[in-house]
Amino acid sequence: MAPLIEEFQYGLEAPICLTWELTYACNLSCVHCLSSSGRRDPRELSTEECKALIDEFERMQVFYVNIGGGEPTVRSDFWELVDYATEHHVGVKFSTNGVRITPEAAARLAGSDYVDVQISLDGATESVNDAVRGAGSYRTAMRAMENLAAAAFAGFKLSVVVTRQNVGQLDAFEEIAERFGAQLRLTRLRPSGRGADVWDELHPTADQQRVLYDWLLDHGERVLTGDSFFHLAGYGQAPPGLNLCGAGRVVCLVDPIGDVYACPFAIHDAFRAGNVRGDGGFTTVWRESELFADLRRPQTGGACSACSAYDSCRGGCMAAKFFTGLPLDGPDPECVRGHGETALAAVTPGTAPRSMPDHSHGRAASGRVPVTIGRRPPERACDESPLAGFATAVR
Amino acid sequence: MSTEAAPDLRPAREFGLDEAWRLDERVSLRPERFGALLYHFGTRKLSFLTDPRLTAAVLALAEQPSARAACAAAGISAAELPRYRRALAALAASGTIRPEERADGTTD
Repeated sequence: MAPLIEEFQYGLEAPICLTWELTYACNLSCVHCLSSSGRRDPRELSTEECKALIDEFERMQVFYVNIGGGEPTVRSDFWELVDYATEHHVGVKFSTNGVRITPEAAARLAGSDYVDVQISLDGATESVNDAVRGAGSYRTAMRAMENLAAAAFAGFKLSVVVTRQNVGQLDAFEEIAERFGAQLRLTRLRPSGRGADVWDELHPTADQQRVLYDWLLDHGERVLTGDSFFHLAGYGQAPPGLNLCGAGRVVCLVDPIGDVYACPFAIHDAFRAGNVRGDGGFTTVWRESELFADLRRPQTGGACSACSAYDSCRGGCMAAKFFTGLPLDGPDPECVRGHGETALAAVTPGTAPRSMPDHSHGRAASGRVPVTIGRRPPERACDESPLAGFATAVR
Repeated sequence: MSTEAAPDLRPAREFGLDEAWRLDERVSLRPERFGALLYHFGTRKLSFLTDPRLTAAVLALAEQPSARAACAAAGISAAELPRYRRALAALAASGTIRPEERADGTTD
């Protein structure tokens, strides 16, 4: 039989896991938010619609859902939905900035095998974190982790988006995770949502990517990656995990209004497969959408076919290419062989597609918005912050 | 999404083919074209069965009085049994399947 990775390319009866963004509402305005969250969308799925969707996940045997947003815990029915999912054998991992992880919430979470928590933190120091996630967000996350640790919730996740400013803090992140009995999870910064506005300044440099790759190989299975660094496989040895773009094959995204996208980093009409409110619901979208059928066909390497690394990296991340204006059958913008930089140089500035729904605080309801880099600069300039120069440059 | 490969196959000397086994209640098994996906909610580990007949045998454990009977129900011949016994032993070692408890609470 074919290796599993070959099997996975052709899709599964149901996703292994899927990301479900419960709301676009968020108390923060992170500069790199991949879903351009901020304000609630009035078309958000109701509690009853959410429960019907969980029933469907149970019938399809979706093992667990990664709940995110927005900040999912600000939905008034959040805990009700978590309980409903776990009662129906759908596990829940949810990502939060920690705002609602009180001692009471932590105690309740610690009691369930079926719930896992990811606390987002993008700097191991307050200055690095708050420059990206907003003033006070570091303390909020630390308080949430203290509460989880105090409730003896072992093995929750400390989730970090690796940036140019925090890539030097990987050991410090691991120390923070160990201090709270958590596991470190590193994921890749994508130029999705508001991430497109800051990607040029925040994505790791070529040298930093090499450092990250070596660090990941050294730390192996101890660190989770959401399988998001498969483009680094081009260096030689594949990082641990499933090194395959799972978009529409083993994962997908359901957004707060029920739209189904190929992956959480591809909120754009070009990657929208359907809506769970349509006839046949989510099951039909997963099994019958033309977009997903396309994604499950053998892909061609295009400009990458001749590259000796193609079998390892498989051309990298579709969303990263799309939102930087690169062709999908060419190199990843962060191609470790440097082909991405060459390709990016040929893209006319301002022509890359943008994620479509925009729920940012203080922006138009939808549609294309002008690029406004760094709308929310750090509260105070801090000379010690690696981001100090960045903050000045984008003000 | 994080993934975990299936455990290494170990020698099967301890695995009781004539005992009743059950899928752990914290494990969800989903048949797929290549076999099955397994997810353990306690360890949060994903694993794979890459053989449809092994999948059938694991599913048959619930109705059969022994692992041997489950293998027979899945169409596994006596000659093939040692190979499947090793696979079942690996599933037992990873906590995916467990001996069925008797009415008196013992397992043997």
